[in-house]
This record gives sequence, C-alpha cells and structure tokens, in this order.
Amino acid sequence: MTFSPELEAKFAKMIGNYPPGRQKGALIPMLLYAQDEVGAVTEEVIDEFARRLKLSRVEIEEVLGYYTMLVREPRGRHHIQICTNISCMLTGGQELFEHACRTLGIGNKGKTADGQFSLEEVECLGACSWAPAMQVNYDFYYHMTPEKFDRLIESLRKLQ
Amino acid sequence: MKETLLSPPHPLEKRVLTRRFEYPRTEPVWIDEYLATGGYEAIRKALAMEPEAIVEEVKKSALRGRGGAGFPTGMKWSFVDRKSPKPKYVVVNADEGEPGTCKDRILMGYDPHRLIEGVLIGARAIGACRGWVYIRGEYREYIEIMDRAIEEAYARGFLGASVCGSGWEFHLSTHTGAGSYECGEETALLESLEGKRGNPRLKPPFPATSGAFQCPTILNNVETYCAVPDIILNGGEWYASLGTPRNGGTRLVCLSGHIERPGVYEVPLGMNLLTIINEIGGGVWKGRKLKAVIPGGSSSPVLKADECDIPADYDSLAKAGSMLGSGATVVLDETTDMTKVLARLMKFYAHESCGWCIPCREGTTWLKKITARLEEGIGSERDLATIDQISQNMLGRTFCPLGDAAAMPAMAIVRKFRDEILDRIRQAEMFAPAPGTQPLAVL
Repeated sequence: MTFSPELEAKFAKMIGNYPPGRQKGALIPMLLYAQDEVGAVTEEVIDEFARRLKLSRVEIEEVLGYYTMLVREPRGRHHIQICTNISCMLTGGQELFEHACRTLGIGNKGKTADGQFSLEEVECLGACSWAPAMQVNYDFYYHMTPEKFDRLIESLRKLQ
Repeated sequence: MKETLLSPPHPLEKRVLTRRFEYPRTEPVWIDEYLATGGYEAIRKALAMEPEAIVEEVKKSALRGRGGAGFPTGMKWSFVDRKSPKPKYVVVNADEGEPGTCKDRILMGYDPHRLIEGVLIGARAIGACRGWVYIRGEYREYIEIMDRAIEEAYARGFLGASVCGSGWEFHLSTHTGAGSYECGEETALLESLEGKRGNPRLKPPFPATSGAFQCPTILNNVETYCAVPDIILNGGEWYASLGTPRNGGTRLVCLSGHIERPGVYEVPLGMNLLTIINEIGGGVWKGRKLKAVIPGGSSSPVLKADECDIPADYDSLAKAGSMLGSGATVVLDETTDMTKVLARLMKFYAHESCGWCIPCREGTTWLKKITARLEEGIGSERDLATIDQISQNMLGRTFCPLGDAAAMPAMAIVRKFRDEILDRIRQAEMFAPAPGTQPLAVL
C-alpha cells in the first residue's frame, strides 16, 4: 500500500533519522502518522511496515498493544479527549467528562453512531495551568466549561 | 485567534530561560528574532572551548536535572567516555506527562531555538554526532514547531555537516511518542526511541555508557538543556549564584489547581513555597484557605499547609520528606476531598504502569482498587494499613521509579490525612461491614 506523497516523503526522511540498520526506531512515529492518514493501524498498514522496516508482525503488534494513542479500529472524526487527572479534576474536569458523556450519549472510548464523535477520558495532557483541558484530535482547548464544550460540539457538527 | 499560554510577568520572577517570552505573544521566537536577541552566541563560544571546559562550566553552575530526579547535569555529562569508539548521542526528554507539569510545552512552543542551542552545547561537550527530541504524541503542535525550528537551524548552518563552519557534524530530529507516561522514564524512553514497547531497562549500565542504540548517550529534560546557553554565556558561577548552594539557577514552576493565577513562572531556586503560591500565584482561589500542596508533580508526597513554609529547592524539599520533582505545584484548597485525590492518582498510576515488573504492576492495581473502595465510602480502617504495607513493598523494588511514584504519594496522603479518610469510612454507615469482616465490592 502507499500513502500520500507528503507522508511518503516524511517516512523517507524519518527512516534516515536512525542509525544504519536500526530503522526500527522510526516505527512508532510512522505508525502514528499513518494512523492519522488512514484512520487506524489496519492489517494492511502492519504488513506494509513489517515489509518496509524488515520487522516481524509481532514486533509491530506488541507496540500497538502498548501505546494508548495507537488503535486498530478507527475513532470518530472528532476524537474528544478530556483530562480528568489531578489539576483538571480540581477545576472541574470530572464534571466536564460526565457532561460530555451525557451530551454525546456515549461513554469512555465510545463512538457516536454517525461516526462523528468519539470520547476518551485521558491522563494528564500537560496543560495543568490552563485546566480543565481537553483535546480534539490534536487541537488543545483550555479553561473548558460545559457551556464552552456545547458550543464547541455545535461548531464541530457544522463542519460536516 | 490563538490563545497565549504566557502569564503576565510578576516582579518576583527571575527571567532567564523565559526572557524572550513577551506577554501576550502567541507565536514562537523564530530564528531571525532569536539571532537578533543574542541567539546562537553560546554555541559559538562553546565551539571555541575544550569539551572538558564545557562540562566543568555546567558542573560549576550547580544545574540539576529539571525532569524530576534532580541529578547534577554536569556530573551526568562527565560520565560519558568521549574516547569510546562508538557514536555518541544526545536525547531530549520532552515526554512531559507528570500530572501538574506543563513547562516543556511553553519552552518548545515559544523559544524552540534555545532548546536546539542547549542540545548543541551538550552534544559538543560529549562529542555526539546525532540527537533526538522525544516529544509526547499529544504535542503535535509542538512537534511541528520543533520541526520547523530544526529546519531553520539546518538552513543557517547551526545543524548539519559543519556546525557554524567548525567541521563538526551534528544532526537533530524530533521523535514522536504515542501515548505513554512510562516513556518519560529515561530507559523506557530509549526503548521507545528504538521502536519497542516502553519498558524500562535494568541499570547499570546507565545511558552514559549504553543508551540509545547501545551507544553512550546523555538524556536530559527540555528545561535542563534550555538553561545551558546562559550558563556558557555568563559562566557557571553566575548561574549558580541565582539559586541556593548545590541548587543553582532558576526553574520554571507550573502553578495549577485551586489558585488565583495559575500559570508557568520562572523563579530562583530556593524561593519560599508560600511566597510562590501567595505572591506569584495570587494565593488560594475564592478566598479559601490552603489545605495542602503537591510540590513537584503528582509523584511527590503531599505537604500539609503547615509544612509549606520552606524554600523550594531540591535539598529543602527532600528534607521536608517530599521532592521538587518536575516543578509542578498543585494547590489544594480547604474543600478538597483527599480521598478523591488519592483515588484519582492511584487510578492514574495503575493505568500507566507498564507491567514490566510485578511490585509495580500488582501494587498500583491494588492501590487503585482499595482507594476506589475508600472513595465509594465502603472501605474499612484496615484498608489504610494495607495501603501503607503495599506501598512500602513497592518502594525501591522496581526497575524504574514509577513504583515509587505511586507509593510515595499514597503513603503521604494516608498518613497525613488519616483522620479525614477515617471520618469518611465512619460516615458511610449504611455500607458498614459486620465487625471483623471485609466488605465485598466489585470495582
């Protein structure tokens, strides 16, 4: 399988970033960027990377099982990640997460029927001074409230 | 419009690393601005120095690792054998994940070239040929900023075949993580850099002898490297004089939780913890009273309000039974439910334990279950002794410090807030078990 030309160029550069013979170093970044384009780390992606990086499938699967950002099944178009760790919890992150569950009608790691939204309760996002924080795909949102959350969901719905 | 993450400057701050952080800017300092404000002068100076002299200067500065452990940086660098025939590597730990910590994103997001310059100086000191900036996967925004800054540095000859025309070749790139707290531990990070699961390695050998790809490696936090250019420019003694003895310089403190003005501020090491909270942070929010402080990220044992009148440096906090850790200061007000805090933290450690060694894998899981039971109000007094016992059996018995990181705050909260937790158990009479029995609960 092939990826977009931009991604292929990125991969070529990435593999060169590791010492000769140690191209496995590029595996995790490549998996994450591939997932961003394909939607998930599919069987085809695993086979393709096993071939390109001269790895066995199990070397890729053990990595997939470890890192929380890598998934085998696609998430929603807008993957909502709400932090409920200490600083966010103290400032309303837990309530925000519960509000999100009610608003979207899904639970932790759930996905709406139309595939637009998925929700995940995540650990510290490193935005503690601007808590409560959340992320939609790679975009951060700070100082969240249930009202701001509802407005954000409305604006994301309009993107369809 | 992009929101600024900077806070208005406070008169008690001492801005060294953050001197280019003009409030309320939103864009990073790109290379032209960096060069116009004294950027890349330190690497030029370092290139004219003997590598040993660079390490010596960093030793004199009393700079200690800002990632959490507080190990003297100069000493760490001196462990690398420059005569080794193997290639030497430099790794930046930007896998910021310690709950409460949000300084690396500010440093990379506003002054990326400072990090590159610090890395170059470290690389020169050990004779490295390549480096990686390991950034957590969620920080795509900052990976893109670092990528662009690295490209700029290549284009101007600060990276590549001949750094500043000196003939020394050095390459740098970013490397993205993919969601793992454990990869912030240095040897787990190296495993992850090699494309494997982030399980920690047995030490020794330490990374200075066998690190990335089994070659001598120095690995430091973003903030540690960012301090290096000023140490080289102004001298180690100058930097050391900013802090307290053995605790040189300034550090970034991330104020969060129940505080009036949360934010990232730069303060001299040794500033009183209460001054940081009450003056710089504006005090506890909503006019409430202080209950407790987590002084160095969630892994550091909590301090009760009456224990906070101490200088915030590595040695003083260690003496107070806690640690400066990553500089994350989480403020808890009088209304905070400590059982809830404990349960949430244990849930975190159980989720992030990599499962490589048993005391941590089992210990964090049981701590999570027991504290969840306490939070539900169906615990018993015996649970407190069990938490203490499990924690003591984790301390020092794991490959990496994650086990300690869970055990230390658990023990501190249970010991210091014992009465509060017991009250909660007693209040939940409807769930009270028959005397001498343990309540059954599926959690």
